[in-house]
Amino acid sequence: MIYTEAGQFSIRYSHDRRIFRLRQDRIGITALLLFAFAAVPLLGNDYWFSAILIPLLVLSLAGLGLNLLTGYAGQLSLGSAAFMAVGAFATYNFQLRVPGLPLLASMALGGVMAAGVALLFGLPSLRIKGFYLLVSTLAAQFFVEWFFTKFGWFSNNSASGVISAPPLLILGHDFSNPVGRYLLTLAVVVVVTALARNLVKSELGRNWMAVRDMDTAAAVIGIPLLRTKLLAFAISGFILGVAGALWAFTYLGTVEPHGFDLARSFQILFIIIIGGMGSILGNFLGAAFIVLFPVLLSQLSGSLLSGVIDAGQLENLQKIIFGVLIIAFLIKEPDGLARLWQIARERARVWPLRY
Amino acid sequence: MPGTPILQLERIEVIYDQVILAVRGISLAVPQGGIVALLGANGAGKSTTLKAISSLVRAERGEVVQGRILFDGTDITHANPAKLAESGLVQVLEGRHCFGHLSVEENLKTGGFVRRPSRADLSASLEKIYHYFPRLKTRRHSLAGYTSGGEQQMVAIGRALMAKPRLILLDEPSMGLAPQIVEEIFEIVRDLNQREGVSFLLAEQNATVALRHASYGYVIENGVVATEGTASELAGSDALQASYLGGKTVASLVAA
Repeated sequence: MIYTEAGQFSIRYSHDRRIFRLRQDRIGITALLLFAFAAVPLLGNDYWFSAILIPLLVLSLAGLGLNLLTGYAGQLSLGSAAFMAVGAFATYNFQLRVPGLPLLASMALGGVMAAGVALLFGLPSLRIKGFYLLVSTLAAQFFVEWFFTKFGWFSNNSASGVISAPPLLILGHDFSNPVGRYLLTLAVVVVVTALARNLVKSELGRNWMAVRDMDTAAAVIGIPLLRTKLLAFAISGFILGVAGALWAFTYLGTVEPHGFDLARSFQILFIIIIGGMGSILGNFLGAAFIVLFPVLLSQLSGSLLSGVIDAGQLENLQKIIFGVLIIAFLIKEPDGLARLWQIARERARVWPLRY
Repeated sequence: MPGTPILQLERIEVIYDQVILAVRGISLAVPQGGIVALLGANGAGKSTTLKAISSLVRAERGEVVQGRILFDGTDITHANPAKLAESGLVQVLEGRHCFGHLSVEENLKTGGFVRRPSRADLSASLEKIYHYFPRLKTRRHSLAGYTSGGEQQMVAIGRALMAKPRLILLDEPSMGLAPQIVEEIFEIVRDLNQREGVSFLLAEQNATVALRHASYGYVIENGVVATEGTASELAGSDALQASYLGGKTVASLVAA
């Protein structure tokens, strides 16, 4: 009743092409954005911004990058953290070596560099499929980590390759305080997500899904496989690169190449598996699961069990509970959190009837 | 129909994805040793009904939410598919699904393992299959993936027979096959039915062939049984034509 599309007609093609076709969705997303941009900065405190909201947003963006490649185009990859590292180090170098280049332009160029590297490591994808491709993208992971540790030039010859955030100045405004970093991250994430949402509804997005579902059938109807797959690698790499720059400069502040290790790649893969492959919303839900649940668990166990079990054991216990939660959840809903939302929407449409 | 039917469906409803109602209260019965045909256009719910019986709907996010399915008098509505195969209810899936990288003979053998047979028993069953499908004997060592569509359908049926089933659910055995091969396969089905006493429930698009070999038929339309009757009754009625070609609905024809 509430969530119905009855009476909402598309009378122009432009209406049909809207990002959110339903009025309820448009109202909902506007309210959410207003809340995120206007209310959260007033309500939140520094701990929430620095330790929860910023990593949540950055990991959502990284998830989005990988989801375009894996969830939409069907190409498995374990090189996500490597592309993030390229984005971070490239942005750092553009800021350092090109005087006067605006911060956002450096980030975009960092993304382009990451896209280039992703394109290179995507080249085998025409010949290699599935798990074998996953293993070949591991090469990117190990190569990039080694590369930035080995060649000091990229970290301006600092000890063990550590790079620090440049001043976060945009048009003379300083975004270095927690609220500023939150707003900067949020703005970038919103813009890139809107672009990505448009992209997956475009011809390219549909080509990706065709290649994912059956690449032989896609080739037969005239979709160029190599170009489609490489574009997926490049665009995914761009988004991961931007996410890497945000991770380094708005979340951590200083980062070394080992900050972008295989564990990070796995974390991003888990985000899209838990959130939902082939879903934009799923990245945010999956990142929320990965970021919020451990915090919640540690708060809970801290208040309930602090005297009973010692701290080291407690931390292990949290990891075990978190792992069990992931398994239980994936058994219940193998298609991820986004699917739960989709089913809820379908049911809301026919409510109060069952079907 | 003499005796208790081997399979009985009592007003089953199947929902996919918690919101899509695919089967809306189908009741049917397969007598011991009978061949029953499920007819109807694409999307009528034939395959869903068969998968509901073999419990395979759950693999596709489906669920039997209403009604009961009885196999030999026991309730199997929520049974484990593997247990069903063990107890003598085997499905031959639409589109054959042979193991492409196994040879014809290996494919057949996989069907028999559910009985945990001895070596002698297994090769005796194999010989029996080759007796019914002499074509398969000549191709026994070729990879199933490289055999023709008709041969693959024979492999799929033969594989099901290796489990010594009492009831076979046969989904679209004629799909993509030349009329001559279809005829050959249906002859074998009837042979198996008469000589081995295997009951068949078959979903089929090719109503003419199906009704020539089946004894009883159900016409399904939009997830309900629109009409039913003996094969000769159905073959002569307009209801079947209406359900395939549209125009008047079957319900209105039956009422008239």
